[in-house]
Amino acid sequence: MAAEKKGLQLLDFWVSPFGQRCRIALDEKGLPYEYLEQDLDNKSELLLRSNPVHKKIPVLLHDGRPVCESLIIVQYIDEAFAGKSPALLPADPYARAQARFWADYVDKKVYDCGTRLWKLKGDAQQQACKEMLEILKTLDSALGDGKFFGGEQFGFVDVAFVPFTAWFLSYERYGKFSVEKECPRLAAWAKRCGERDSVAKNLYPPEKVYEFIGVLKKKFGIE
Amino acid sequence: MSSSQQPAQAPAPVRLITAFGSPFAHRVEVALALKGVPYELVVEDLASKSELLLAHNPVHRSVPVLLHGGRAVCESLVIVEYVDEAFHHGAAPRILPTDPYDRATARFWAQFIADKCLKPLWLSMWTDGEAQARFARETKESLAVLDAQLDGKRFFGGDALGFVDLAACTLAHWLDVLEEVAGKRLVGDGEYPALRRWAKEYTSDETVRRFLPDRDELVAFFAANKERYTSMVRAAVQRQ
Repeated sequence: MAAEKKGLQLLDFWVSPFGQRCRIALDEKGLPYEYLEQDLDNKSELLLRSNPVHKKIPVLLHDGRPVCESLIIVQYIDEAFAGKSPALLPADPYARAQARFWADYVDKKVYDCGTRLWKLKGDAQQQACKEMLEILKTLDSALGDGKFFGGEQFGFVDVAFVPFTAWFLSYERYGKFSVEKECPRLAAWAKRCGERDSVAKNLYPPEKVYEFIGVLKKKFGIE
Repeated sequence: MSSSQQPAQAPAPVRLITAFGSPFAHRVEVALALKGVPYELVVEDLASKSELLLAHNPVHRSVPVLLHGGRAVCESLVIVEYVDEAFHHGAAPRILPTDPYDRATARFWAQFIADKCLKPLWLSMWTDGEAQARFARETKESLAVLDAQLDGKRFFGGDALGFVDLAACTLAHWLDVLEEVAGKRLVGDGEYPALRRWAKEYTSDETVRRFLPDRDELVAFFAANKERYTSMVRAAVQRQ
């Protein structure tokens, strides 16, 4: 059997916000890794072997050992490379609990609601729009007047949520609202994050994401 | 006590907002007990939520909520990780492993249990027809994966009870209660033998045992709330 490949590899899909969380975390820590773009319509042996339970990206391979689920990967990166700054999670247990709570909130709410927003029509879409505004306002409130969700430092919750800023344009178009207008602090935070190398390098332009959604809709036979 | 002798700083008081029958609150009670943390229980009536609960968990409005010196921690598995870190002392057992890769593995299985077992399990109990069949099928597929994952181990993490066992507690003590109340048998005779064995290990653990709600009371409780669950689930399924 071939020796396990040393170092870090990321099995990923270009526009995936979940994959982008991992890319951002790796870049924040200055960790070199091999990016392996996956064809999700024709899944590779490596992907199926590395994530047999979910068969999904992202998957981080560290010396050949797979870690799955984006937020679990980000925490793993932070813990396995604890010597490398910056720490993505704070040292204080209470602050860590707050970070995990809000990352979990983003994970539970944003993507699913966003999907309903572009997939559905009529009343159901209206409902999704209403919910998306509630979610964004809740996050705006959690951010408060802080620079980042963790305070002065860019951290776990920022990493969890920032990939979705590339989807704001699409949410705005489908939901017919403006993030700037409804959640000005969040809009400012998104801009601030966008100035970081790790974010600028790994997010696609919002128009590209909007285009991608159009492709998905065609694929699902949605008007 | 003379004024020149200041007492040592008392540890901040711990309160746990809970509700009868909650497997999620159970996870936290076991975690607190494993770390030897004294706490006060505040029991909610979820049909009539207190100001205390709404003030400390405005986002989800659910139990459990841990109040440590007045600061709130919400979401049971987040609380369990917090308890593991904030109250750790030399002699106490570790709830999560210390090795980063093992921690990632534990978190993975806890999330799998939450998303792929418990969620469809709950939905399968309170739906009917095609939806019910779909949720039941998903649950059973996931239980099979979990059964295989146990692979002869006493607990999910090995010899000692830990994070994943707490995540799976519903399957040990609540599953057959739900089946009985809903009138739906999900687990057939002889199915998932490793899980059955694990359930016995889990429920007979000396710490866990203290925090398992009485079975008859659980049945009565879930039966009384059956209509409410059914309409909540119907609304949730329609939204998807």
